[in-house]
Amino acid sequence: MLASDATFAALADPTRRAILTRLARGEATVTELAAPFDMSQPAVSRHLKVLEAAGLISRRIVGSTRPCRLEMGGLDNLEEWLAVMRATFEANYRRLDSLLATMHSPIPPHTHPYKDPLP
Amino acid sequence: MSPLTLTTEGDRFVVVTRHFDAPPKHVYRAHVEPEVIAQWILGPDGWSMPVCINEARPGGRIRYEWTDGNGNGFYLTGEFIELVPFTKLVHIERMHLPDPTPDNHIVTTFEKDGEGTLLTMRMTLPDTATREAMLATGMADGMEMSYERFERLLAEMFAAK
Repeated sequence: MLASDATFAALADPTRRAILTRLARGEATVTELAAPFDMSQPAVSRHLKVLEAAGLISRRIVGSTRPCRLEMGGLDNLEEWLAVMRATFEANYRRLDSLLATMHSPIPPHTHPYKDPLP
Repeated sequence: MSPLTLTTEGDRFVVVTRHFDAPPKHVYRAHVEPEVIAQWILGPDGWSMPVCINEARPGGRIRYEWTDGNGNGFYLTGEFIELVPFTKLVHIERMHLPDPTPDNHIVTTFEKDGEGTLLTMRMTLPDTATREAMLATGMADGMEMSYERFERLLAEMFAAK
């Protein structure tokens, strides 16, 4: 499961997903967010409240506006961690493929020299 | 297609499998000989492992130190629990970022697979905080959540709905 139930419920609405996608491009005000939708600003504000409660966005106060920004911490980082692990293992194992191609004379494991411990 | 698989098993484990065109004896050696380990367990391009201690015996110590040459670095310590030559390794490791992450219990097996080897590694899935710390090491640089990745992530999340 990628996100908590609250987060998932917040993301289940297509308008809210569209709002998040817009915010992935950068911070935006309610007016800017309402523009592409056939929706009143109060209606957009209600969606923003749900997203804020789910931890997916945060808002700050600038004069009379309250611009919103995406909070990626609201999404579980599992997917990103798995992607990084996959890339790391792939890079390592490709290097290992090359090394294995050069290994021809096995050494008994008990003869391995060990490096001295760190000071 | 990449021959690597990396999958979660429930919410507690991660399982990695990979085929190698070399006999189990050689793949095993590459996991226990420090001189060999330091040449391939490196992560992204540009990282190196200037310190590699790997005492391949039960109770033996493990210490790997990595650097990216730009001041970023971290290290890993661990202990071997069980070694079955050319077949199986069991060890515990933790990363120091610099605070130690919870112990990760890892079982690595080396099975004959045709003319080569099937490597299977089963490890603990780190918790959210540990994943966050690992992602902050710099190893994730260049993999920030871009606009494109975010759109794809959302699409994947709802593809099954």
